[in-house]
Amino acid sequence: MEIVLSLGIGVFAASGVWLLLRPRTFQVALGLSLLAYAVNLFIFAMGRLKVGAPPVLESGTDAAGIADPVPQALVLTALVISFALTALFLVVLLAARGVTGSDHVDGQEPGQETGQGKPSQREPGR
Amino acid sequence: MSAWSDHLLVLPIVLPIAASGIMLLLDERRSGLKAAISLATATALLVTALALAWRMTDTPEVYRLGNWAAPYGIVLVADRLSAMMLMLTGVLGLAALVFAVARWDRAGPRFHALFLLLLMGVNGAFLTGDLFNLFVFFEVMLAASYGLVLHGSGEARIRAGLAYIAVNLIASLFFLVGVSLVYGTMGTLNMADLARRLSETGGGAGLFEAGCAVLGIAFLIKCSAWPLGFWLPPTYAAASPPAAAVLAILSKVGVYVVVRLSLLLFGAGASEGFGQGWLFAAGLATIAYGTLGILGARDLMRAAAYAVMISSGTVLAALGTGNRAALSGALFYLVGSTLAAGALFLLGEILQRGRDPAAASLAVFADEYRDPFDDEGATETGRAIPAAVAIVGGAFLFCALMLAGLPPLAGFVGKLAMFSGLAAGAMPPAAWAFILVLTLSSLGTLMPLVRLGTLGFWVPHDDSDPVIGPLEFAALAGLLGACLVLTLWGGAGLAYTDRTVAGLSNAAGYIGAVLGSGTP
Repeated sequence: MEIVLSLGIGVFAASGVWLLLRPRTFQVALGLSLLAYAVNLFIFAMGRLKVGAPPVLESGTDAAGIADPVPQALVLTALVISFALTALFLVVLLAARGVTGSDHVDGQEPGQETGQGKPSQREPGR
Repeated sequence: MSAWSDHLLVLPIVLPIAASGIMLLLDERRSGLKAAISLATATALLVTALALAWRMTDTPEVYRLGNWAAPYGIVLVADRLSAMMLMLTGVLGLAALVFAVARWDRAGPRFHALFLLLLMGVNGAFLTGDLFNLFVFFEVMLAASYGLVLHGSGEARIRAGLAYIAVNLIASLFFLVGVSLVYGTMGTLNMADLARRLSETGGGAGLFEAGCAVLGIAFLIKCSAWPLGFWLPPTYAAASPPAAAVLAILSKVGVYVVVRLSLLLFGAGASEGFGQGWLFAAGLATIAYGTLGILGARDLMRAAAYAVMISSGTVLAALGTGNRAALSGALFYLVGSTLAAGALFLLGEILQRGRDPAAASLAVFADEYRDPFDDEGATETGRAIPAAVAIVGGAFLFCALMLAGLPPLAGFVGKLAMFSGLAAGAMPPAAWAFILVLTLSSLGTLMPLVRLGTLGFWVPHDDSDPVIGPLEFAALAGLLGACLVLTLWGGAGLAYTDRTVAGLSNAAGYIGAVLGSGTP
């Protein structure tokens, strides 16, 4: 199980970093979400891996038999925050696409000078 | 936990979020009411911060949320450093808000709600006593800042905002990795409990130090240390001026956390001095980069953004020397330079009003670019104050002297305190390097500001002189007045930062205050 989880985190993180370095804003957005998945799984792993163990301590149970509830709570918070901020990023991404007429992260196609956007270039390619 | 004043500690968080919630219920057209609520909240925050600083003793104050004992419950902790940063936030927040109320708050929707949320996040980050809540407050503050950077819209802001959001999302992921590594190795996230376990186990494992290093990267991105801070100047220069002024405190949150955690966790014990060399190198590189940037800056907003970087770098480098007196001077300098940089953002807007080079380059986008003040007359700023040029020019000179650290103002007091602290003992080469870089950065800050000032005030322009409204004048006067207070009572200020550093270095006192005398 450790191998599967670490491979999963590794693949998510590697794909995320690769996408993050791509020139298109949508790829960056996807890269950020993949990286967030990797990090959330990583937080889970930091509570040690256990199968079938409840995160609730009842009187009389041995503490070794339960899963650590704190990382689960942390993941829940981190999940919500990264989800919300990715949504916000998507909105800004769309605004940038609309204003600059390009989905390049620099707001202009390579080789194009700043502020040289002609009205025809701001139309989406049809 | 019964007296009213016991709950003073939670007010800096509860007040702005409550007011921010009320804002969402109000219609966007009732801007007068919104501005009144905002101003009242910001004033109350400043008063609270002053009261906290006034009653602060050597023992940190602890507020247990829900009265659960640490380390199981969540605690808010205020010591002198927290109180100092709360005061700085209060002054800067109130001034930026007063400036915004003059006209900028109507340049886009939901300005006041975002602004108050930002203040809540910043205050929370200064007060929280555990790492995960620090993350949450960071996110609140950043989410609000994303909105504020985009406030007023326009192409430049959206472009800068996109990069700003991407960089900060990555930094947040680093933060999470660091937090979970620390939890995985030490089993706690409460700062005091971490320090206690660290001293009991006689030093952290390699994995713990790796976690702290990852955390450190996240904080250094936030405080825009070189080479992690290239996002700051374009973002702050593009943001609307009142937003930029309050964003100046944002990078200082990163500095605050680095100072707090370094001294608490790595002040003594087996991991003593962990990362100090890196902080010193990053700090010096940040000062150098900021100085080069300000030398090349062509407008005041960008110059102010680089000045923010220089002041962050100064504190990081002072922390890296491990010299307490130097750190105390650097904290003093941080307060003054942040206030002056905030004032410079506001001045930049006043000077560029009507002759905005960005607006000229936007002409090709005339169909899409809508002036945010389209539907309001220019007379909206109210009755103009006479002799505006003299006031603006004097304020500019004041800011330049503060930032460059020249006598007779507070910037000089801070720099002198750093120098005398470094020169007190035996002088290692690092201290000489620090003094050299600081001196050069003073010169490098002064030259471009003099150039920009000459261009702004002495070169005749076709268009009219700068116009300054009464509210904008009040905001500027507030910021510069705070600098003046810092200068006149510089001795008291330095004594305060001395005691702050002494309190920060006393990890046992912090642990005892938070966890109580007994073991949990």
